[in-house]
Amino acid sequence: MRRVYLDHAATTPVHPKVLEAMMPYFSGKFGNPSNLHDIGRESKNAVEEARVKTALLIGAKPEEIFFTSSGAESNNFALKGIAQANSQKGKHIIVSQIEHFSILHPAKTLEKSGFTVTYLPTDRQGLVNPDDVSKAITKDTILVSIMHANNEIGTIQPIEEISRITKERGVFFHSDAVATTGWIPVNVQSLGVDSLSLSGHQFYGPKGASALYVRKGVRIKPQIEGGIQEDGRRAGTENVPGIVGLGRAAELAVAEIEHRMAYLAPLRDRLQKGLLDRIDHLVVNGHATRRLPQNLNISLWYVEGESMLLFLNMEGVSVSSGSACTSRSLKSSHVLTCIGTDAAVANGTLLLTLGMGNTAEDIDYVIEKLPPIVKRLREMSPLYEDMIKKEKVR
Amino acid sequence: MEQYSSKVMDHFAHPHNVGEIENADGVGTVGNPVCGDVMRLYIKVEGNVIADAKFKTFGCGAAIATSSMVTDLVKGKTIDEALKISNAAVAEALGGLPKVKMHCSVLAEEALKSALNDYYKKKGIPSPVKMPAESGHEHDME
Repeated sequence: MRRVYLDHAATTPVHPKVLEAMMPYFSGKFGNPSNLHDIGRESKNAVEEARVKTALLIGAKPEEIFFTSSGAESNNFALKGIAQANSQKGKHIIVSQIEHFSILHPAKTLEKSGFTVTYLPTDRQGLVNPDDVSKAITKDTILVSIMHANNEIGTIQPIEEISRITKERGVFFHSDAVATTGWIPVNVQSLGVDSLSLSGHQFYGPKGASALYVRKGVRIKPQIEGGIQEDGRRAGTENVPGIVGLGRAAELAVAEIEHRMAYLAPLRDRLQKGLLDRIDHLVVNGHATRRLPQNLNISLWYVEGESMLLFLNMEGVSVSSGSACTSRSLKSSHVLTCIGTDAAVANGTLLLTLGMGNTAEDIDYVIEKLPPIVKRLREMSPLYEDMIKKEKVR
Repeated sequence: MEQYSSKVMDHFAHPHNVGEIENADGVGTVGNPVCGDVMRLYIKVEGNVIADAKFKTFGCGAAIATSSMVTDLVKGKTIDEALKISNAAVAEALGGLPKVKMHCSVLAEEALKSALNDYYKKKGIPSPVKMPAESGHEHDME
């Protein structure tokens, strides 16, 4: 059976060149970078080399890169760390409602410790309006956090416009670029952000190796204490092989980014068109043009997402579902809720995220396999039956 | 999330008794598309016995599997026996359900009871059916 992995937003495979770079650092070059002896220095040099490569990917200085264990840690670090270190200036934070939970939950935690948080809505395509940011800023505002692009619907935010506002008003600006790094250009200078999260396993690097960029001069309170690592900002012996892998993945991303975008967007468009042509009552979520090239998020009326996911899995196709039933909370995606997707159709949502390993044949295979699954489930659906009966009455 | 048992996957992939019954003696629809599952259960009653049962379900793997199982369980049973089929029995017959999916078995029990209720209503007999009190979340369609 053909296997088609369309869940790159969940994670990507480690690129063979990345794995190759990492391998020596598990056993042969095992040293602790904090040690002064040669074995330690060898690891230290590898970590610093990876820092340079990671910095280059996003247009930062190496000393502005802090390695972490995950995108979630980077987001927690930025939000709590910047808020706590700058609380004497003010206690108001602005985030969007469609941020990842690793921003939203720390925001809730900060609220409990005396900060106030404004949660900005988006339009129906998932865009934050820069004017809303401007209006929300008060004398007490210290930090704005708006993601570069949303991990579910792929909408790319007007970060440059927002950063012009935050700079003018003297407010720090964090952006979660976990979904975008390695897929579209991410440059901290042109974006104008003060901090930015990225994660290795999202772009062909290993899991457990991520980074937070913090612009020089921005005060940030460490969240993991007890060591001198990462310039005293983040304690804990470095994940040397992981960091080396992240550096290599960054290097590959720099070399390949144009090719990745040029390859993925037409492939995604082929998938979108193929499904739209063959399946009725299908809605494409997110922005028509300001969208990640590898992202396709669709809602299908009268069918439930998890059922589609399970049947696709039986055909060898791996996707994610935005349905309530797939989540522990039994609530549908907060992102879809924010963009105004009807709660009933939100449960029929599939997230298909492409990667460089996907071919046109893979896409055509999915275009062939999904419609009969939808047809079968709709024939089984009382909602579809009711809709057909209503249409007949009309 | 916990994985589904092989029995759940089997009933999901090859559900029994899918469809409608023309002129059914009882029809019950429960659930809410907002919660992610809606079940409609049809029964045909001959004498005192449920001669046939069919369903249509919008929902996740567990919702389809529990619909399939409850229709299997109810076929050939007397009405009194059918009234005693609990959500736990449906879940057990499927080899268990992940904790977060137990509400699907509750929905299956509710769908059956709602169909039986409808049967009594059509007959003009006061219904002895007690709907399950706790279903975890709201499931009112009407």
